[in-house]
Amino acid sequence: MNLRNVRDILNAEVLWGEELLDEVEVEYAFASDLMSDVLAFATPGSFLLTGLTNVQIVRTASMMDMPGVVFVRGKRPGSEALSLAENMRIPLLLSCKSMFESCGLLFVAGILPCKILQRRS
Amino acid sequence: MGEPVLLEFEVKPLDFLAAGEAAEHVKETLKTLGLSSDICRRAAVVAYEAEMNLVIHGGGGRMVLRVEEDRIAIIAVDKGPGIPDLSLAMQEGYSTAPDYIREMGFGAGMGLSNIKRNSDEFEIDTEIGKGTKLVSVIYIK
Repeated sequence: MNLRNVRDILNAEVLWGEELLDEVEVEYAFASDLMSDVLAFATPGSFLLTGLTNVQIVRTASMMDMPGVVFVRGKRPGSEALSLAENMRIPLLLSCKSMFESCGLLFVAGILPCKILQRRS
Repeated sequence: MGEPVLLEFEVKPLDFLAAGEAAEHVKETLKTLGLSSDICRRAAVVAYEAEMNLVIHGGGGRMVLRVEEDRIAIIAVDKGPGIPDLSLAMQEGYSTAPDYIREMGFGAGMGLSNIKRNSDEFEIDTEIGKGTKLVSVIYIK
């Protein structure tokens, strides 16, 4: 599916990147409020669901080549995060649903989880 | 590739708005050199985690990117407090970051292990009261 479908499933508000929604195809998602876990576990190319809204969320997404971010629980990022997303051309969506419901709806619609690889301790 | 590419960045302490800018430069530079997206992403994660460590723990510092024919080196140096127990600091989940750092999504205790996992060579020199030097090397296949 593409980010437009994600937007429709979550009835999300498009904060930035309206013109990119149709062209950005997504298959996997990762949901976390821990950015180091995103850097450790997310599949490159997966999109991010998070309840944090600071500018480092967009940086993390950019480092991991994530093609979009969904902010959940109706939490709205500040202007710094928005302008960085614009620079990086990373679409941002705002879902008023909880993390659990947002993930559940996307999972049912066929979005796949990132595989957590067995790790050495 | 001819001459090695050498870039150096100053990283300011506790500047969470600018944090990540050096890592972004690292990634862009490597992309411009035509390296694979996998290599660029691994280097970006190393640089980003190292930069966050400078911002959060190191009292700021310097980060150096050196790209040679067959390898990328990312070096982060600070004059911070040093790491008292390195093996503990390397453990996933162990963190000394204060709550306000954790509220931003960092300080989950994954930083150093993330750096190590994305490195082909990894080395830390640390001394209490003197500072820490981290060297990560990624081979260009």
